[in-house]
Amino acid sequence: MADEQTPGAPDAAPPPKGEAAGPPVKPAADAAKAAPPKPAAAAPPKPPAIMAATPWDSDLARELKERFGEGISETSTYLGQNFIVARPDSVIPILEYLKLEADFDYMVDVTAVDWPKRAERFDVVYVLYSFSRNERVRVKTYIAEGFQPETAVGVHLTANWLEREVFDMFGIEFAGHPDLRRILMPEEWQGHPLRKDYGILQQDQRWVRENLEIESGQ
Amino acid sequence: MPDSTFLDSTELVLNMGPQHPSTHGVLRVILKLDGEKVLGTDCIIGYLHRGVEKIAENRTYAQFNPYVDRMDYVAAVSNGLGYCLAVEKLLNVEAPPRAQAIRVILTELNRIASHLLWLGTHALDIGAITPVFYCLREREEALKIFEKYCGARLTTHAFRIGGLLYETYDGFEQEIRDFCKMFIPKVDEYEELLTNNRIWVGRLKDVGILSADECKEFGVTGPVLRAAGVKWDLRKAQPYSGYEKYDFDIPTRQNGDTYDRYMVRMEEMRQSVRIMEQAVEGIPEGPIMGKVGKVIKPAIGEAYVSIEAPKGELGYYIVSDGSTQPYRCRVRPPSFVNLQALDRMIRGGLIADVVAVIGTLDIVLGEVDR
Repeated sequence: MADEQTPGAPDAAPPPKGEAAGPPVKPAADAAKAAPPKPAAAAPPKPPAIMAATPWDSDLARELKERFGEGISETSTYLGQNFIVARPDSVIPILEYLKLEADFDYMVDVTAVDWPKRAERFDVVYVLYSFSRNERVRVKTYIAEGFQPETAVGVHLTANWLEREVFDMFGIEFAGHPDLRRILMPEEWQGHPLRKDYGILQQDQRWVRENLEIESGQ
Repeated sequence: MPDSTFLDSTELVLNMGPQHPSTHGVLRVILKLDGEKVLGTDCIIGYLHRGVEKIAENRTYAQFNPYVDRMDYVAAVSNGLGYCLAVEKLLNVEAPPRAQAIRVILTELNRIASHLLWLGTHALDIGAITPVFYCLREREEALKIFEKYCGARLTTHAFRIGGLLYETYDGFEQEIRDFCKMFIPKVDEYEELLTNNRIWVGRLKDVGILSADECKEFGVTGPVLRAAGVKWDLRKAQPYSGYEKYDFDIPTRQNGDTYDRYMVRMEEMRQSVRIMEQAVEGIPEGPIMGKVGKVIKPAIGEAYVSIEAPKGELGYYIVSDGSTQPYRCRVRPPSFVNLQALDRMIRGGLIADVVAVIGTLDIVLGEVDR
């Protein structure tokens, strides 16, 4: 239970109250805490983050590896937080498995990270939580530009808006999404603001001109 | 059909907002109606989108700290706490005990301020005018304490990464004690006005029901989840900032309707007072700032840290590339996720209930749109 703690909590945090705990998961937090801080890379083009993560040693991790084999490339722990790196096509089966078999019934978040220098440009990150185990796990996958990952709406309804936001901000299209529209930006807006090649002052000047009737938003 | 008039059509599409007093900001809800019955809704959001996550990537860790106050601006202290905890997690440092205790006091005070604003405006939406004056009167006392502590009333920027910048002022403890003593009878006063009020009960009971399973399916957290009977609060489930030291209950109700959410929040205010009373009695002596360098430069890595904000689970997912700026800072806003359940809650209800349900979700559009 202690392998997923917020920083304020001491190692001997009380176990979750009320609900029955699932299969016990060994804490693997301490190993990661001892990891030496990495010096910042001097060259501006940074390689994808290689975290000082340690293998995630638990029954669940072994179970997942056994079941999905090649579909999971990494099960790790960093700062006491567990994550799985999966192949894009096995993400939905993993989410389904985690929900139905391992009781990870609450999808906390779906988000993405842009690494323009990398061949698989985007990380897509799913944060899951299990009420009965009081445990969090992140499922990550790396996808190339233009690749359409399958939607998770069929597994967790909450993925609907969260995936819309990822689409809006990064331009990642989720295959089979029931309602893939922009959610925060105006519908006709050009460009996806959270991509790294989208400047902080950049705007869709045409949209600004036509809709706000001013020359420039700046 | 040339003879048909608009009276022949049974469905009506009605646009509510974005400038509408009971949508609590700039929320636009498109309603499909059959008479007074709601057939479906579509939320249009983003009017307040300021690109907070993009700004984070272009500011240093410390520079971004004040920006998070502008998301859920009625609970700025909670936002700051979540962000500071997330960066502290990446740095692998912890705030000193004294800072933690003061953080808890101010965060709980902020929870009360946030709930008071919710109660006042929610009651106003339903048609009860008086509570808003009472609520803002007590909220003012809370804001005065913030102002005395850090100079700001709303966007407080109260915490720093690694601890606190300001020591408490003279008489801080006494003022917190006085507030707690003053506040409990006031909650009873609000309850006297509303809890058994026939109109209040009639408008709220069995309106906007969201069951526990639906809450989990939609990722809905906070008082909405607890009103559906799930005894889950991050302060208990995964304690942070020393919450495990304090004795308090997680109020729950069973029906998951608007009335239960009201009851849960009322009780939560009392529990917040309990936490503050305990915390203020034993503020440890010592430093208020942890061992954090002048330049904040976490190691390459990522962390997801979440706290129990007044609205639900507020999470920060920060990716560090080893530089002084976050490579990616994702905010998991409770209001945004909770708002998604709006359609499920009011489908089949009456148009008058839409106002009640939006109020009971306690959304802040600054946080929905970021």
